[in-house]
Amino acid sequence: MSAEAPRSPAGLPPRDGPPYLEMRGITKAFGSLLANDHVELSVRRQEIHAVVGENGAGKTTLMNILYGLVHPDAGEILFEGKPVRIRGPRDAIAAGVGMVHQHFQLVPVMTVAENVVLGQEPGGIVLDRAGSVAQVRELSERFGLIVDPTARVDTLPVGVQQRVELLKILYRGSRLLVFDEPTAVLTPQETDELFEIFRGLVAGGKTVILITHKLGEVMAISERVTVLRQGRNAAVLETARTSPAEIARAMVGREVLLRVERDEAHIGAERLRLDGVKADSDRGLPALAGVDLTVRSGEIVGIAGVSGNGQLELAEVVAGLRPVTAGHVYLEGRDVRDQSAAERRANGLAYIPEDRHTRGLILPFEVKENLILGSQSKPPFAVHGQLRWPAIDERATSLIRQFDIRPPNPDAPASSLSGGNQQKVVVARELAEGPKVLVAAEPTRGLDVGATEFIHRELVEKRDEGLAILLISSELDEIFSLSDTIAVIYQGRIVEVMPSAAASRERVGLLMAGGSVEEVTPSAAQIAQAAALQAAAAASSAQDYASREGSS
Amino acid sequence: MDIVGLFVTVFARPDLWAGTLRFAAPLTLAALGGVISERSGVVNIAMEGMMLVGAFFAVLVAAATHDIVLATLASVACGGLIATVHGIASIHLRANQIVSGMAINLLALGLTSFLMFRFYATSGTPSDIPALPDLKLPVIYGIPFVGAVIGDQNIVVWLSILAVPITWWFLFRTRLGLRIRAVGEHPRAADTLGVSVFEIRYLCVILSGLLSGLGGAYLSLSVAHSFSDNMTSGAGFIALAAMIFGKWHPVGAFLACLLFGFGQSLGINLQGTGFPDQLVAATPYVLTIVALAGFVGRAVAPAADGIPYEVGE
Repeated sequence: MSAEAPRSPAGLPPRDGPPYLEMRGITKAFGSLLANDHVELSVRRQEIHAVVGENGAGKTTLMNILYGLVHPDAGEILFEGKPVRIRGPRDAIAAGVGMVHQHFQLVPVMTVAENVVLGQEPGGIVLDRAGSVAQVRELSERFGLIVDPTARVDTLPVGVQQRVELLKILYRGSRLLVFDEPTAVLTPQETDELFEIFRGLVAGGKTVILITHKLGEVMAISERVTVLRQGRNAAVLETARTSPAEIARAMVGREVLLRVERDEAHIGAERLRLDGVKADSDRGLPALAGVDLTVRSGEIVGIAGVSGNGQLELAEVVAGLRPVTAGHVYLEGRDVRDQSAAERRANGLAYIPEDRHTRGLILPFEVKENLILGSQSKPPFAVHGQLRWPAIDERATSLIRQFDIRPPNPDAPASSLSGGNQQKVVVARELAEGPKVLVAAEPTRGLDVGATEFIHRELVEKRDEGLAILLISSELDEIFSLSDTIAVIYQGRIVEVMPSAAASRERVGLLMAGGSVEEVTPSAAQIAQAAALQAAAAASSAQDYASREGSS
Repeated sequence: MDIVGLFVTVFARPDLWAGTLRFAAPLTLAALGGVISERSGVVNIAMEGMMLVGAFFAVLVAAATHDIVLATLASVACGGLIATVHGIASIHLRANQIVSGMAINLLALGLTSFLMFRFYATSGTPSDIPALPDLKLPVIYGIPFVGAVIGDQNIVVWLSILAVPITWWFLFRTRLGLRIRAVGEHPRAADTLGVSVFEIRYLCVILSGLLSGLGGAYLSLSVAHSFSDNMTSGAGFIALAAMIFGKWHPVGAFLACLLFGFGQSLGINLQGTGFPDQLVAATPYVLTIVALAGFVGRAVAPAADGIPYEVGE
């Protein structure tokens, strides 16, 4: 993506003149919180414009205002220099804005076609079903977004569901496409595909706003980047003339270490071992299909995989929250298969659950209470079944200082803390009792750069002190920057375990997507391989599509 | 006494089958209303109250005007009105929809009892009120058995049967129906596409009130020819059970209503045959419980059923 070449295909106005979209002085307060404070955003026609910022920086509020889901207290929105009033999504759609939300807005039990046409259905009173299918099919062919219009959405993989979201906005003739964290659910290959689609759309006259917190994506795809910090504009940068470090500094307001500094691992004795572990999902379907895995003292083993391949169940099986249907779990050589979660904790297991709101914290409880959860029946926090508040206060005060939890108030309810500080409470508690093994599931999900940096540093420090860490993360960056050993999980199986020094992103990405070990050769031919695999997948889905076409 | 022989005799009676259709009609109307309301995401347990209100105002207007059309329209309108109250509570005010529905039921019971006393005191409702007409079908009436079952049924019975395919067509074949189902499954998705969740939900709740009101009018004007306190005696709840048993589908709900109507009709037809009275009276309710507990399987409600929608969350 070159910033200097102004493309102006026939029939489109030149790119100079007023910006395609301008948001001026956008201000929005939620209670006492200023989510947007005189925010400015200017996007050129046919630009891929990134909007970045930490959590709570106001990105999503800004985009929701653009889409009419939130009404600003002040400010105006201009398209090609003309002010537009956007009172709701209907107005936004009419103005040519389309939005792919971070959480897909699809009705799972309906077909692709129904989801796409909803709200602007062809037909009179009666829905023209054949017409909707035909239109969606035409659209998907025109934009190369292969998907079967008659398939039910809940049968489709997430990558395809995202195409449906894209078709929805293209169907509405949107010219300005807003993507809110679109790559969060995608494999690296799917991300590359999506970026290819972006480039195609822009070449075809569309304009793209990409909301993200992944600096790598900003660098890879955007032309310019608007940085928000605490509800205000922090910077507008030309991607070609900036660096990830500069963007990160603008986001956080100080220097940030983007790379986790870690010394070579001093790997010791085996601490956690899984031997042929099988387990079922909540729906009673096999989720783990025989997992063998070892985590040793002083080692971080990262589980890489697309969400929903058994990671959640793996963490729960180790934590003692999900029964195994076969196999064994050994903690320091002892079979803990029949031990409860509490017994495992007593034997040195700690667990950072993937959802801090439902599993990690009791939100209405005070910070100090949350900080002793799990140890609440043990001395010094409880004697003869009664809580000892002085001891609890003391523990809270020391952990709050050590982990820099803000505000430093042990009596504040956990719900009043920011996401980053809530997570620090969880991490502080889990590390406080000097565990031998830590299961960390998505330890930095939804956290901003600053909090992520802090937690990463903490994990590496504990690993250097000899803790065995099983890290589960859907962020490949996190896996690569923390792990000593990378294990790839696919459909409930560990398909490969490799030292992280020998792992490449392409290889891991392919394995995550179900590419078999034989197909993956760690060579220069890899990219070609990947392309071939994708082409094959596309061909088979096209074939599938054609055969269904034929039968209907 | 020979139980098998008894049942063979009873089953051979056209009355049993004609009665099944008669009893099923008000249930069907209310259950279809429930399907529409819940498909849009508003839990509706207030069919009982809506029917009761419809039944009372049908009699009130019929007695005052002796005009059956006006009386029916009044009952339908009152059903719609009280449904609007449920709508305001559960859509705009985001109240718990079960609580709101229960409140509507209790309100309807108290209101109709009070008005009953206020207007008719102890004398009961007048006996000279017009009834909803029966339709004597020219040729079919002459056919043995069949004629006795469907040859002389009430107009509302036919309306309720007609309402089944219409409701199906409305929900599954019209543009509005697609929007209704989308709102009931994933209101946020619909909202982001410019579909007004509130408008759709109000429409559906009010539609359910209209249908329940008509069901109530049928009960008072054609079945009982009068109004008495709590005369629906659980019909709205049986309709609710039928809706769930029918898995929130118009045809399923209709079949369930036929089953429950059959239970009631069977109870009536077993009277005086020496079959224990208590068992007879309990038949429809036992059937309801058995059906719901034993045969419903995994009924999946619309995903957003009962969850108030909040804009811009």
